[in-house]
Amino acid sequence: MANVTNNRPLSPHLQIYKFIPTMAMSIVHRITGGALYVGTLLVAAWLIAAASGEQYFNQVNWLFGSIIGQVVLFGYTWALLHHLLGGLRHIMWDIGYGFEKEFSTMLAKANLVASIALTVLVWAIVLIVR
Amino acid sequence: MDMRTPLGKVRGLGSAKSGTEHFWRVRTTAVALVPLLLFYVVFLIIYAGKPYAEVVGALANPFVATINGLTVVASIIHMRLGMEEIIQDYIHSEATKIVLLILNAFFSLAVGGLCLFAVLKIAFAG
Repeated sequence: MANVTNNRPLSPHLQIYKFIPTMAMSIVHRITGGALYVGTLLVAAWLIAAASGEQYFNQVNWLFGSIIGQVVLFGYTWALLHHLLGGLRHIMWDIGYGFEKEFSTMLAKANLVASIALTVLVWAIVLIVR
Repeated sequence: MDMRTPLGKVRGLGSAKSGTEHFWRVRTTAVALVPLLLFYVVFLIIYAGKPYAEVVGALANPFVATINGLTVVASIIHMRLGMEEIIQDYIHSEATKIVLLILNAFFSLAVGGLCLFAVLKIAFAG
């Protein structure tokens, strides 16, 4: 049988469209999702170390406390908050609201701003509490 | 002549035989993760960098341990489904796709299993 799937017309891909905020945040939502997938290993390492004993816990804590560790954790915090806020937008659309052009563009921009602001806020609180 | 109502025609699982289950599970776990992760963030704000005994003591609290377990379960399901979507979108070779989908399932379940065991060990054995 001929390979019919090879000759199917393809829908235009990303480079055809104008780059707009909602599109950018859609891409970022997927990238942060993929990053969080890998980042789960950070949470796993922390929990497993806590369950394994003080020595392991201190080692992981030292790693997380190093400059590289702190940068990775800061990125992880941002990815988590950005994906969480993006998820709320998706739920709003799933329910059937917020498709208006101006509103969804505004929300896409707000998503980015809010995710950065919240990340800075969380880290500021952590540093103050500590 | 088809005597079925319009609703009757679309009921069932469709040609993929899985219906909207994937979509639905992504959404239910997402909704569950909103409060769970907000709790987690607050917990980490309080306990980040604290000494071992204090952190383990907090993690052993029944309420914290339950939230922790639920967060792990919801996260693992959500991340597996999300990665499934990414693999199905970008990988066009059938063999590679199947291998990656299996690895995705293994990775998610392994990480989830380890996390759950850790949560329960801390809760029961300290």
